[in-house]
Amino acid sequence: MGEMEQLRKEAESLKDDITAARKAVQDLTLQDHVAGTAVVGRVQLKTRKTLRGHLAKIYAMHWGTDSKLCVSASQDGKLIVWDSYTTNKVHAIPLKSSWVMTCSYAPSGNMVACGGLDNMCSIYNLKGKDGNVKVMRELAAHTGYLSCCRFLNDNEIITSSGDCTCVLWDIETGSQKTVFAGHLGDCMSLGVAPDFNTFISGACDFTAKLWDIRDGQCRQTFGGHESDINAIGFFPNGNAVITGSDDASCKLYDLRSDQELITYQDSSIMCGVTSIAPSLSGRLILAGYDDFNCNIWDSLKAERVGVLSGHDNRVSCIGVTPDGMACCTGSWDSFLKIWN
Amino acid sequence: MSNNSAGGLVSLQKNVKQLRFEAGIRRIKVSQAAADLKTFCLQNAHKDPLLMGVPSSDNPFRPPKSCALF
Repeated sequence: MGEMEQLRKEAESLKDDITAARKAVQDLTLQDHVAGTAVVGRVQLKTRKTLRGHLAKIYAMHWGTDSKLCVSASQDGKLIVWDSYTTNKVHAIPLKSSWVMTCSYAPSGNMVACGGLDNMCSIYNLKGKDGNVKVMRELAAHTGYLSCCRFLNDNEIITSSGDCTCVLWDIETGSQKTVFAGHLGDCMSLGVAPDFNTFISGACDFTAKLWDIRDGQCRQTFGGHESDINAIGFFPNGNAVITGSDDASCKLYDLRSDQELITYQDSSIMCGVTSIAPSLSGRLILAGYDDFNCNIWDSLKAERVGVLSGHDNRVSCIGVTPDGMACCTGSWDSFLKIWN
Repeated sequence: MSNNSAGGLVSLQKNVKQLRFEAGIRRIKVSQAAADLKTFCLQNAHKDPLLMGVPSSDNPFRPPKSCALF
């Protein structure tokens, strides 16, 4: 028992070391640095398209790399691939399990994936020979719900789960290549770095973790949130991470200085953040909330510079096109809206 | 009981090992990090459509209104 007590003491001491090391590089705050920068002007985006077709709550959406096609998942048991320019449905894929919580579009455009309370990640081939979309693989091993999934390429996908782990899968063999364990609560969301070498996960233990995809090592852990982290994403230059939490705030963590630089919150906002996405330059952070709105934040000045209102229920997902031209919001009201 | 302790011990050992790793990473100064973030935002602002606005002629989600006379 003596050894365990020693280890506990060592753990506390190391946590103090990390806190001290972070403070030691805090020669200036981000606020100090941008004191002379003007806040961006009011951002007023309009709904350009409404994608209608789902019959129940939309839980997730993801843009394809062409910035035109996107996939959405709804608990009506369907994955729909949309041409967002025309609002046409390119594919309407019926799912085995309607309890879907996440979906992803492969960078190649050849596949989509989804998963949820079935604890599995199902991969669908969009480019099958006979034109029918079929299940290509069912990746099963998680012992909890699938909260998020993101393709690295046509043969590798990363999943996050309510079983507190993230997994890197080999799609061809259906096997787990790497298990990323360390979170002490359900993993809710993940984001892949622009260079595909690392990924970040947000969890119900109130922390975000940065993982090395190839060696499985957790490189950094970021705390500060006071409740579950529901949404996470990379800042476009890959050097920072943005998170959205049930504590009604969003935060920006810088990777190279290993600390939180700024919090996006307002006393008038008292509901959880469900989804988050940066604009192309990172200057705007769009965040979806439980109160049916989406707030637009000036990422450097931490001021709210716009609101997207138009949904009749919770905004559950948000995504900015890779070319930065528009953002898409998905809601429990069963509609997706495209804004710019 | 001893199984519990063994599991608890391994878990604590892993935790300490992970914390040691995280404590040892190299950190740059916040002034440098902040400067790089600000520079990136400002340098890319002009090509950020949501920030700059999208003229209707270039907006794929909003075809320009055309008047056709037959």
